Amino acid sequence: MTEETHNAPVEPNAVEEPLDLVRLSLDERIYVKLRGDRELRGKLHAYDGHLNMVLGDVEETITVVEINEETYEEVIRTVKRTSEMLFVRGDGVILVSPPVRTGT
Amino acid sequence: MLFYSFFKTLIGQQVTVELKNDLAITGILTSVDQFLNIKLDEIRAVDDAKYPHMMAVKNCFIRGSVVRYVQLPASAVDTALLQDAARREAQQPTTGGAH
Repeated sequence: MTEETHNAPVEPNAVEEPLDLVRLSLDERIYVKLRGDRELRGKLHAYDGHLNMVLGDVEETITVVEINEETYEEVIRTVKRTSEMLFVRGDGVILVSPPVRTGT
Repeated sequence: MLFYSFFKTLIGQQVTVELKNDLAITGILTSVDQFLNIKLDEIRAVDDAKYPHMMAVKNCFIRGSVVRYVQLPASAVDTALLQDAARREAQQPTTGGAH
């Protein structure tokens, strides 16, 4: 690491604890897996130590497994919803990662 | 404290709170505390056909721990300011400490 033009009190890109990885995702699109078979993709605007988050331009994917009444086959259905700005309570968060590319 | 301060800036805005039991309530945010408990005024269940008993309720207190999401008006959020605040909070050695 070369000397930068200014000296920040804390190295801004240092990764010393797991939450530093989340900090580096600020202003980036992220993937969040939540309890209840829910997934979010959106731009991270804020987070805290509880993993409470504010996401922008969010797409939520809810996976529902239904049993067909006649054939008893499991039918996996996904419901998608969008939201322009969403606060997510941290106690439902399972993991945070860069977005998983699906198709596009 | 980041989100407590953030929600205080949203008082007076119309928000939709989705609870962990899937009930979604739209209303005017009137109050918030350090646990992110929320008070809403002029409330309406988003799916009022499914929750007819909510019709009689005009305002409510929501325990923070039962909240799944809060949908916010994007126009009321300064995202640059919010990201700076999040970075500043991350710099502090202990998360969520009083200062």
